[in-house]
Amino acid sequence: MVRILASLVGAAFVFVLGLALFGSIKGVITDPTVPTVESKYHLEHKALSLASDGPFGKFDLEQLQRGFQVYKEVCSACHSLHQVSFRDLSGLGYTDAEVKAIANQWVIEQPSINPDTGEVATRKNIPSDHFPSPFPNEIAARAANNNALPPDLSLMPKAREGGAAYIYSILTGYEEQPAALLKEFPDAKTPLGLHYNPYFATMNIAMPSPLNTDGQVTYADGTSSTKAQMAKDVAAFLTWTAEPSLEQRHRAGLAAFMFLLIFCGLCWGAYKNVWRDKAH
Amino acid sequence: MASFDDLEPPGEPLASHPDLPGAPRRRDFLNIAAVSFAGAGVVAIVLPLINQMNPSADVLAQATTEVDLSKIEPGQGVITSFRKQPLFVRNLTPKEIAEADAVALSELRDPQTLDQRTKAGHKNWLITLGVCTHLGCIPLGIHEGDNRGAYGGYFCPCHGSQYDTAARIRKGPAPKNLFVPEYAFTSDTTVTVG
Amino acid sequence: MSFPWAQHYQPKQPLMKWLDERLPLPRLVYNAVGAGYPVPRNLNYFWNFGVLAGAALAIQIVTGIVLAMHFHSSAAGAFDSVNGTIMRDVNAGWFLRFAHANGASMFLGVVYVHMFRGLYYGSYKAPREMVWLLGVVIFLLMMATAFMGYVLPWGQMSFWGAQVITGFFSAIPLVGESVRVWLLGGYAPDDATLNRFFSLHYLLPFVIAGVIILHIWALHIPGSNNPTGVEVKSEQDTVPFHPYYTAKDGFGVGVFLLLFTVLIFFYPDYLGHPDNYIPANSLSTPAHIVPEWYFWPFYAILRSFTADFILPAKLWGVLAMFGSILLLFFLPWLDSSPVRSANYRPLYRIFFWILVVDVLALGFVGGAEASPGYIILGQVTAAYYFAHFLIIIPIIARIERPRPLPGSITEAVLAKHGRTSSTATALAN
Repeated sequence: MVRILASLVGAAFVFVLGLALFGSIKGVITDPTVPTVESKYHLEHKALSLASDGPFGKFDLEQLQRGFQVYKEVCSACHSLHQVSFRDLSGLGYTDAEVKAIANQWVIEQPSINPDTGEVATRKNIPSDHFPSPFPNEIAARAANNNALPPDLSLMPKAREGGAAYIYSILTGYEEQPAALLKEFPDAKTPLGLHYNPYFATMNIAMPSPLNTDGQVTYADGTSSTKAQMAKDVAAFLTWTAEPSLEQRHRAGLAAFMFLLIFCGLCWGAYKNVWRDKAH
Repeated sequence: MASFDDLEPPGEPLASHPDLPGAPRRRDFLNIAAVSFAGAGVVAIVLPLINQMNPSADVLAQATTEVDLSKIEPGQGVITSFRKQPLFVRNLTPKEIAEADAVALSELRDPQTLDQRTKAGHKNWLITLGVCTHLGCIPLGIHEGDNRGAYGGYFCPCHGSQYDTAARIRKGPAPKNLFVPEYAFTSDTTVTVG
Repeated sequence: MSFPWAQHYQPKQPLMKWLDERLPLPRLVYNAVGAGYPVPRNLNYFWNFGVLAGAALAIQIVTGIVLAMHFHSSAAGAFDSVNGTIMRDVNAGWFLRFAHANGASMFLGVVYVHMFRGLYYGSYKAPREMVWLLGVVIFLLMMATAFMGYVLPWGQMSFWGAQVITGFFSAIPLVGESVRVWLLGGYAPDDATLNRFFSLHYLLPFVIAGVIILHIWALHIPGSNNPTGVEVKSEQDTVPFHPYYTAKDGFGVGVFLLLFTVLIFFYPDYLGHPDNYIPANSLSTPAHIVPEWYFWPFYAILRSFTADFILPAKLWGVLAMFGSILLLFFLPWLDSSPVRSANYRPLYRIFFWILVVDVLALGFVGGAEASPGYIILGQVTAAYYFAHFLIIIPIIARIERPRPLPGSITEAVLAKHGRTSSTATALAN
């Protein structure tokens, strides 16, 4: 009885799937997918290797400091970093006094209340504060950026396929829209207010190229600040903001792995020992 | 090799091998080693599980408070917050200081001098938690016009504990003086507490 | 535990004796996982996966309880409590979060192997039907728990996954939309949804633990199955669970933890989706909404139904998706072959392996984008899945000629070691 009902149900599902399959195949033949501009011209991210890559990766603190400088001087005008606190910067190698100074001198102040009048005000940042947003709310952010919302950067490498390499590719990938593309897809002309970037998913990104000239930032450690270098350094910095505990994770992982390897070895021996007189 | 029907539990010697007395202990050792390793592993895991309940980094970062003393006149006090608890910051008048110094230590339930409860050169600044050491109420006396009790310091309305000008317990059920937290003068008019 | 040669609990320690006389817990443990539970001696490593599933549940419960001490179950606070406070500020918080997230994958991976073991060796057949049914119940509870858990961090995939899955219920005729709104506590996933999912996500693992107790209890009545599918006949066929299988399971747990360690510490985001690191935004749909990998086969089945036939395609998809799991309840009665183990069922074995490939293909389709090529592959593999369980298996059970079974487990083990049973009788007592 069960089998009769089951085979009926099974036949029904198979039949409807057959109909669906027929429809799909027909669709492929009569209505083949038209190649889109993305399918032909979108580029996968460039290769980027950072000191933090791989299971034994460590942060290059000097690179992180340079990247922080790029964030501070270029990106922070529009992009918030609200998961990060000023005190976290000690992970970049800064002393407590330096962290306090960075917080105190940060251009964007922390929202606060005037202690005498109760009116909305701002105050200087202290190390325990999170990085304040450049805009008070989303509407203000969009109003200042042609209706585009600059995303928070705290987790950006983790929030994008390709991670730091994707960020690096976006920052170094701005170019003129190729004439060949326009010829093949005349409707795909970059709209006014957007910028062509083949590494971006829709290939037209609202952010104008932020790193335009070599030497845009003057590095404190004297490293030559080419566009590629600045892009790489800020990508490394964002890798840190996304996961400041990366080095501890790698260290703990190595210790745990070695411990477990030995443990498995001992367990294997114990198992063999227990079973040595039993055929199985 | 693998004999098929054995009634011997593993790890114990077969009666037919008297020439290998040390062998079973070596074999048991492997079992014990494996279990011990497992035990060590469990301990290694339990420690972070317990430690995660300790204050997290953001809570620890809020563990110090800076207080600006410049606006507090002698005879005045302010109440502020330190580690989410009330903090009494009082600017003692010379009369209040003299009154505190005049008390004999033998009269005190929790003997401490005013010098022990303040910083050298800043004897007029009395910084204590505003938490009664009896059962935790906030004593009166920090605001203008508050009842300051018979000893001119703080008065706890819950069960009648009375503190003197140095915030030492004089009468009532509280066992200890108001707690003086760790603090340091970072300038003449600012202190960092905690 | 109905084996007459099972060892009896004889406590030597005075404390254990005292306790056992008043509350027979020591005896219960002894008879369940101690020297008092005889188990076939020929179990292979596929029998480790039940214990591994139990270990994975324990890990999820411990890490989950600890994470719940820091989680904020509000739409405004959830994302930052996970990716801000827990990952950055809580002591070892990053470890707890990665362990819990990857632990879910380990748990479901182990359970899938455990289920396929059951399918291959006929563990669902009489007299173990109840073990199988309880197992399917556990699987359904696990899927619900995993789904709700994934919603909690309130990332883009959390939100849109909740939107899509609760959207299924609106396919039910007449009451569908009301059911959907009832589940959500609103018209779209929001605070109400998040709070109730947190509450239920905390509850269900303990329900799962309870059903697992029933699952093991039901198993211990007939005792474990074994790779030959031949029931235990004599004491020689078995070994006491302790120390033989405690030792083997210890090794299995070690290997499990090794793999788990590699995931947590070196590839913690590999099985996840980048979009879940973007805070939920009800006004922006991600380009490709996909669930976690362990739901991909069912997602593929859902998306394969693109044609209306009496019922709308969407409803077919939902019915098929739930049906693909519910049909497992009927397996003991669909497969009427008296032979359990596929080792002795040559025809069944072929189709078993086709099923494995089919499910892997379905998984692949479920995680891929909905382009025509993948949809066609999904439709073919989904059709095979239903045909396999509902049409092919019953037919095979009727027409198959199984290979001759060994007389006993002992015989099979001896044959493996190149001896005959007459030798064994000579050696035995």
